[in-house]
Amino acid sequence: MNEKAVQPSEDPDTDEIMIQMIDMHKWFGEFHVLQGINLTVRKKERIVICGPSGSGKSTLIRCINRLEVHQRGKIIVNGIELTNNIRNIEKIRAEVGMVFQHFNLFPHLTILENLTLGPVWVRKTPKKEAEETAMYFLEKVHIAEQAQKYPGQLSGGQQQRVAIARSLCMAPRVMLFDEPTSALDPEMIKEVLDVMIDLAREGMTMIVVTHEMGFAKSVAHRVLFMDYGQIVEENTPQAFFENPQHERTKLFLSQILH
Amino acid sequence: MAGDATSIAAADTLKPPSTRKGVVGWVRANLFNGVFNSILTLVTLWMLYKLVPPLVRWAFIDSAWHTGGAACHKVSGACWSVVTQNFRFIIFGFFPYDMQWRPLVAMLILFALLFFSQNRKYWNRFLLYAWIAGLFAMGLLMKGGLFGLAPVDSTQWGGLPLTLLLSVFGLTAAYPLGVILALGRQSQMSGLRTLCILYIELIRGVPLISLLFMASIIFPLFLPEGVTINKILRAQVAIILFTAAYIAEVVRGGLQGMARGQYEAAESLGLNYYLTMRLIILPQALKIVIPPTVSILISAFKDTSLVAIIALFDLLKTSQSVLSNPEWMGFSPEVYVFIAVIYFLGCFSMSNYSRKLERELSTEEY
Repeated sequence: MNEKAVQPSEDPDTDEIMIQMIDMHKWFGEFHVLQGINLTVRKKERIVICGPSGSGKSTLIRCINRLEVHQRGKIIVNGIELTNNIRNIEKIRAEVGMVFQHFNLFPHLTILENLTLGPVWVRKTPKKEAEETAMYFLEKVHIAEQAQKYPGQLSGGQQQRVAIARSLCMAPRVMLFDEPTSALDPEMIKEVLDVMIDLAREGMTMIVVTHEMGFAKSVAHRVLFMDYGQIVEENTPQAFFENPQHERTKLFLSQILH
Repeated sequence: MAGDATSIAAADTLKPPSTRKGVVGWVRANLFNGVFNSILTLVTLWMLYKLVPPLVRWAFIDSAWHTGGAACHKVSGACWSVVTQNFRFIIFGFFPYDMQWRPLVAMLILFALLFFSQNRKYWNRFLLYAWIAGLFAMGLLMKGGLFGLAPVDSTQWGGLPLTLLLSVFGLTAAYPLGVILALGRQSQMSGLRTLCILYIELIRGVPLISLLFMASIIFPLFLPEGVTINKILRAQVAIILFTAAYIAEVVRGGLQGMARGQYEAAESLGLNYYLTMRLIILPQALKIVIPPTVSILISAFKDTSLVAIIALFDLLKTSQSVLSNPEWMGFSPEVYVFIAVIYFLGCFSMSNYSRKLERELSTEEY
């Protein structure tokens, strides 16, 4: 591949653990969607999760900020264990940025208001300061001139970049991406991936559910393959793509890398 | 016309085809496009010819405007005198005659406040203060007993001020209550949810008249001896409780129409339930349901006339009292037309305002 790799100049700081999942299970009714997940994510580490649809990869990252509730095992985020304690949950959510497949911008607010909402109401940042931060991040995702528009007036790629900037305004310690480019028209995928690569370059801890294998190769420290609610295989991108161990991984890769 | 490369090259300068064809073109396109529509147009024109001239003759040409009741019986047209001669009673009811400037001023204050409140530009703290001061002033003007104003018992209130009192406060109190009930019905706490469902279903299962009767006849039986609660207040509460149940259901519809992703985006920013609702969900959900909400408010406004049944002299009841006076008996069409015009103005401005609000809140325009 000729894509320029982002790292591995600085390997993740091995001591500091950002997220830890220990024998984590989840059921949707009778359906056992996550079957004993063990995963440790270190600070500044970048992980790509792939796998067939229904394998539980989205559910896995949604458990990290408790959009889904796990029923067995432990999840520890930034030293805080996720329980029903609503204060802890809100604290963790403020520290964990989330980017959705369908952007989920707030359509009744302008782009700028979308970005300042979290900092002003959750972090109690003064409005002026929040707006300055917002403009800084909008510049960064190359969309500052749209600040006064409403989400409905932007293209999908622009909306997704705004969604990334909205998360960054909260100064998160981890960013979760749930299929961030799956709902985009092909010509807009690159502009979103470029923003994510910039983010990686700055050392953000990232967990990305995606099928963009080019992105995985150039950015990830580790690639995880999930199937039937389990982590089937996990390896460095190079080993993962060149020498997959598991039959199911081989089948999956042959299906998406034609 | 050439439909190939030349037209593609000129595509960015081509204007959409003109649809303006002048009066004749409009008439042909809209009134006489096809046999059926041409027949409909002719029938309608014939009906208008039969209806409008007699109506104009009745209402304006042959009508009496400032006569007594006896003289009125001699004219063939409308007797508007029944309205003009009894105007102050219809509008103010039994409020002491020489003090009727007080409800008049109170209504003017109310109209001024409503006028400023309808413009979102003025939605700030000063408007809130103005409302508080205005409410105090209106209460003082109606009730008296301070600053040298003679006290007037609330049993003497009536006519338009009473109708406005019941509807303006009925609607403004019912709306937030309805929103709270809708949120309660969606709540995770099963006790609260059951309570809200029970309330909404009970109230919606009962006609407003029966609630008004309960408020005026049955409720006082449960009060200890010597304790009385103002009859107007009881009717007001009945109207609020009734309207709130309907608003709750409409708002619930709006809440259910919200995409799950909006909740998730708000939650993943760390917003708590209260902030999520206040900043993200309600502004969108309430905007979606503006049209049905206004329908409910309009019908609640008209339903305030039902208080006539529990002997409160609202606008409708004062008009009916005029008609029971032998001098003016038989002129009900004129009186009811007058009342209808007043109600229409109220309803039409509400509906107009809702459309304006929808336009202003729209974020889809490019």
